[in-house]
Amino acid sequence: MQILIKGGRVVDPGNYNGMADILVEDGKIVKIREGKGTKAKGIRQKSEGRTIDATGKIVTPGLIDMHVHLREPGHEYKETIETGCLAAAAGGFTAICCMPNTNPVNDNSQVTKFILQRAMIADTVRVYPVAAISKGLEGTGLCEYGDLKDAGAVAISDDGRPVTDSQLMRRAMEYAKGFDLPVISHCEDLNLLAGGVVNEGAFATRMGLPGIPNACESVMVMRDIALSELTGSPVHIAHVSTMESVRAIRAAKKRGVPVTAETAPHYFTLTEDDVGQYDTNAKMNPPLRSKQDMEAVREGLADGTIDVIVTDHAPHSSIEKEVEFDQAENGIIGLETSVSLSLKLVEDGVLKINELVEKMSTNPAQILKLENGLRAGNPADITIIDPDRLYTINAENFYSLSRNTPFNGREVKGKAVLTMVGGKIVFEDKIR
Amino acid sequence: MQLERKNILDMASLSVDEISTILDTADSMKEISQRSVKKVPTLRGKTVVLFFYEPSTRTRTSFDIAAKRLSADSLSISASSSSMVKGETLIDTARNLEAMNPDVIVIRHSSAGAPHMLARMITPCIINAGDGMHAHPTQSLLDLMTVRENKGEVKGLRIAIIGDISHSRVARSNCIGFTKMGAEVILSGPRTMIPKGIETLGVSVIHNVEDAICDADVIMMLRIQKERQKSFLFPSEREYAKVYGLSNKRLKSAKDNVLIMHPGPINRGVEIAPEVADGPYSIILDQVTNGVAVRMALLYLLAGGTRNADTD
Repeated sequence: MQILIKGGRVVDPGNYNGMADILVEDGKIVKIREGKGTKAKGIRQKSEGRTIDATGKIVTPGLIDMHVHLREPGHEYKETIETGCLAAAAGGFTAICCMPNTNPVNDNSQVTKFILQRAMIADTVRVYPVAAISKGLEGTGLCEYGDLKDAGAVAISDDGRPVTDSQLMRRAMEYAKGFDLPVISHCEDLNLLAGGVVNEGAFATRMGLPGIPNACESVMVMRDIALSELTGSPVHIAHVSTMESVRAIRAAKKRGVPVTAETAPHYFTLTEDDVGQYDTNAKMNPPLRSKQDMEAVREGLADGTIDVIVTDHAPHSSIEKEVEFDQAENGIIGLETSVSLSLKLVEDGVLKINELVEKMSTNPAQILKLENGLRAGNPADITIIDPDRLYTINAENFYSLSRNTPFNGREVKGKAVLTMVGGKIVFEDKIR
Repeated sequence: MQLERKNILDMASLSVDEISTILDTADSMKEISQRSVKKVPTLRGKTVVLFFYEPSTRTRTSFDIAAKRLSADSLSISASSSSMVKGETLIDTARNLEAMNPDVIVIRHSSAGAPHMLARMITPCIINAGDGMHAHPTQSLLDLMTVRENKGEVKGLRIAIIGDISHSRVARSNCIGFTKMGAEVILSGPRTMIPKGIETLGVSVIHNVEDAICDADVIMMLRIQKERQKSFLFPSEREYAKVYGLSNKRLKSAKDNVLIMHPGPINRGVEIAPEVADGPYSIILDQVTNGVAVRMALLYLLAGGTRNADTD
């Protein structure tokens, strides 16, 4: 069957940024014709099939979220691979990477294969497992990266926990390089964390909550940059939240260290003050930081220091969130709000639309060495975004099993309206 | 006198007028405790639950006595005797209590914000008797009452608070309470114990203790917990006493009629020398006496006797 996406503005960094029609057949892109969307120049539907009118929409290569927690196996009441994939599709993502902190931990090929099998059954978006750096995330021994890669892992990370032992981190970087597996580092000094639950500063002091200093993150960012320099291995810094981290990464990139970095919408949208009166839906790790840090993260996005926007989608149920603030679990969901919140960066002039697509599709694909881009012959992984859609975020309508978002009730502009994976439409907004 | 609110959660949410109302009511309550028959029927038929998740003798006893002197029925629940040990959540425990229709729940909890969560989710009046490092409004109110009683008014006074400000809910509530009532608050202590951004509460920090207590009208010493040595906040009680402890010698730079306060329990010989704690300037036990009056006032104002306590 043919699908023709007609009259949209196609944004594929390095390839297209203008009006074009895309013809999809048998799951692949067969033809792209640039033009002003006039009937004369555009592609015409020949055989039976469907034409999607993308007038006024932005058509991008499928968005990739390289930092997601799917909770299966082990915590299926928070999210399953199936529901996580549905949430991803609804958020405009055609591919997601799931972190290994499940139960059991994804530290062996059996778990990796299980995840891929479940994803195949879900048959929605592409799922790329991230395996653990250390056995059981315990920071004492390396996992079998060769085996994990063969099973389908695309990267390694102990996300949720830092690799405290610097020697283990060094060896992991060196050993993983042999398999071309990128290392994703959750940067946190647990001694500096010292039981902190919100950003250290005036807000924490007023609220009587133990604070987490910026250095808790940045000292480990600096360590991992040093280890990357030592080993020549690439390192990807997860969920950057502080000004100091941004500066360290910027300086490292300048001198050619193979470091890349990501941040999440909450770090460029909210500050510590949004914790308000102990809102556990605004509690995550790293914590929401100061306004100064938020500005630094936005600058880091603008100047290319931060390569990727992820969600760090971390589902939790009311069991973990309707408790005392300091006892609540860290994390918020983000798959179904990310595109809307990230488009604000374009509206605010922080990023151009093609730069946003870079950070949500091109760059993660490049870091993870995934096929990507709107080219004839490529799988038809395509996201269509309506940049003008005004709506109010309503967590009750989420496909995710969890509701832990600080953005519920927020008025936003712009939304993913169609998600296509391998030529199959996995999400289509009902309101046209 | 009336108070148009359901909860006493922290000093930040109380207005100057509300604080004055509470203090005036407490002044009039004080006399009841001096009678030979220390009981008025004002809160007869009202139920006050003392829900203490954290160990407390002084505060719990004070609330208990306050409730009983107003003829309310009071009962205590501690974490170890509640269903918390069976894994029940705070919210579920609170909802179960709510189902038995108490009028006031007094809660102490080690987590900042726990009383705020209850106030959002259940209907009885909530009084915060201390939440984590966040707030201890009834302590601040009794401190304000004690200072006002001794000095006539709080406005214009210089109050020095010395010790582990970081971990002290008393310090936080007093920073807010005293500045709100027009006093100047100066904080002092080792840099490890002064939290970032505390100046945003409208107070100033002077690290040298002698300078901090210079010309002070009131000096409030905070308890130093020995366990804090483990988190590297100070090296030893010996050095703390030497550098930051309040001795008669150090007291000389303060005003002649200085008041010495301490929220208790005191560590004799650590933050405060015995001769200072027991000396002529100490009003530490007056604080305890006034604690009962303040808590009577709050129970009365929240659980709402329609009659004025004075006339009973």
